[in-house]
Amino acid sequence: MIYNEEFETLPREALKALQLKRLQQTLQRAYHTIGYYKRSLSATGVSPQDVISLDNLRNLPFTTREDVRKNYPFGLFSVPMSNIVRLHATTGTSGRSSVFSYTRRDIDTWTELNVRSLVAAGVTKNDIVHNAFSYGLLPVGLGVHYGTEKIGASVIPMSDGNTKRQITLLQDFGPTVLCSTPSYALHLAHEGESQGVNMKTLQLRVGIFGGELWSDATRDAIEDAFSIRALNIFGISEIMEPGIACECLEGRHGMHIFEDHFLVETINPQTGEVLPEGDEGELVFTSLTKEAFPLIRYRSGDISRLITEPCRCGRTHVRMERVLKRCDDMLTIRGINIFPGQVEAILQEIEGVSTDYQLIIDKAGALDTVELHVEVGEKYFAEAGGVKELQAIEKRIVKDMKDYLSIPPRVKLVAPQTLAQKKAKVIDKRII
Amino acid sequence: MIVEQISVFLENKPGSLEHATRVLKENNINIRTLSIAETVDFGILRLIVNDVDKTNNVLKEAGFRVSKTTVVAVEVPDQPGGLHSIMEVLNKENINVEYLYAFVEKSGQNAVIIFRFDNPEKAIEILRAHKFTVVPGKQLYEL
Repeated sequence: MIYNEEFETLPREALKALQLKRLQQTLQRAYHTIGYYKRSLSATGVSPQDVISLDNLRNLPFTTREDVRKNYPFGLFSVPMSNIVRLHATTGTSGRSSVFSYTRRDIDTWTELNVRSLVAAGVTKNDIVHNAFSYGLLPVGLGVHYGTEKIGASVIPMSDGNTKRQITLLQDFGPTVLCSTPSYALHLAHEGESQGVNMKTLQLRVGIFGGELWSDATRDAIEDAFSIRALNIFGISEIMEPGIACECLEGRHGMHIFEDHFLVETINPQTGEVLPEGDEGELVFTSLTKEAFPLIRYRSGDISRLITEPCRCGRTHVRMERVLKRCDDMLTIRGINIFPGQVEAILQEIEGVSTDYQLIIDKAGALDTVELHVEVGEKYFAEAGGVKELQAIEKRIVKDMKDYLSIPPRVKLVAPQTLAQKKAKVIDKRII
Repeated sequence: MIVEQISVFLENKPGSLEHATRVLKENNINIRTLSIAETVDFGILRLIVNDVDKTNNVLKEAGFRVSKTTVVAVEVPDQPGGLHSIMEVLNKENINVEYLYAFVEKSGQNAVIIFRFDNPEKAIEILRAHKFTVVPGKQLYEL
């Protein structure tokens, strides 16, 4: 099923004309309202009126996550706060998280794109949607929530966690659609089975999963565990999450990028060179309709490949392959994106430990586990070499990691030589 | 009257205690007594040695996290009720003990109990007022 027939099946020629018009508008607005873009465009000698074809896009500078953070919190907003109706942010300490905002119209756009994704999965007003995406400062849960309500389906705003309650409601309320991260879906399946619940006989028909890297093997496991169809959904917090791309039930291979709202390019992550459509590379997105927080050539860090062949569903929008790796050091842990630099920033503020650390990520069942090895500081130990003091440090690290990154690790204090010998700051043992 | 104890941070993994004792052996350091405090993730080795400063330096050079901690050594007859006589006084005077460990002197007559107090000076004052033998560090190191 297609929600917005007109735009989702727009002939490519018309789509490209629309993209160019919207790109030019976005550039004008960004250039004239956001100091950062005025400076970065001027530095490359390009002004918005120089962009007369989509090919000119490649002459514009990239925007990186670091650029967003440098403008923390509101430096990249295009409209005054009086026009902003919502603020969201990624995890991280001050200056190390991305903050993004929405006008009323941005919320409407976001809602529509979530409606498109849900309708592509066959959701109608007769469905009950069990939404186990996280609600809060991160945007994911609310995007799906709004989309579901707009369709007229019933949404259960579960958020993540409280697994026992989730399993109860999956049985009692009989939801037909499950939305969550793939690892949480598997966790629900395992926990349900261990409680003696037959997860295959629930009312669930389809699941929409995203927010972390996942493979076809994981999809098979989820489909089998719940006896459902599992679809992939894609978003980037800074741009729209979810709401950039979704799989359709008919094709079920690759996610349609909503090209009337986003321009996508594939680049070589090392050189920044634009690659031919269909080559594997880093995806770069430019927002075409966002008002409050436009992003120009935003580097996603996600490695994927565009599928240009037409899809049997009839949508004309290009598809992207599932993302299986990244070209930066971003880690997705329990659906939350973090960077090693954020861990370092937290440790810097804690007296008694050095900033040498090692983050070890693994899985216990379907869920991610995090162990953080931290070196005890020499001066601190010399002055306060007691069990109590060291345990207080351990607690502080767990608390700060939970407060700032929403990820409480198991902390292990280690002797200094240990980490000096180990070069890798991050060991990810998970198999996606 | 205080005694200096060396505290060494030990990672909870095979070989870390052996490494510490090897450094002590290679530097000809004699351990008078010791104890280990352990948690799930780490341990702290507490040592009374014949040469505090040397021990501190050689362990540091070997890469250990080391600290000097002030403790109090009290000598009591090695017989039933020996420790209790001290605890009675500490309890009455409201002195909190963080941890303690003990050993028996070579002569076999007396036991020496090593106490860690929040306020060692005050504890020493009270113990001496109650006629307990507080062993000075210098004497203990040379036992």
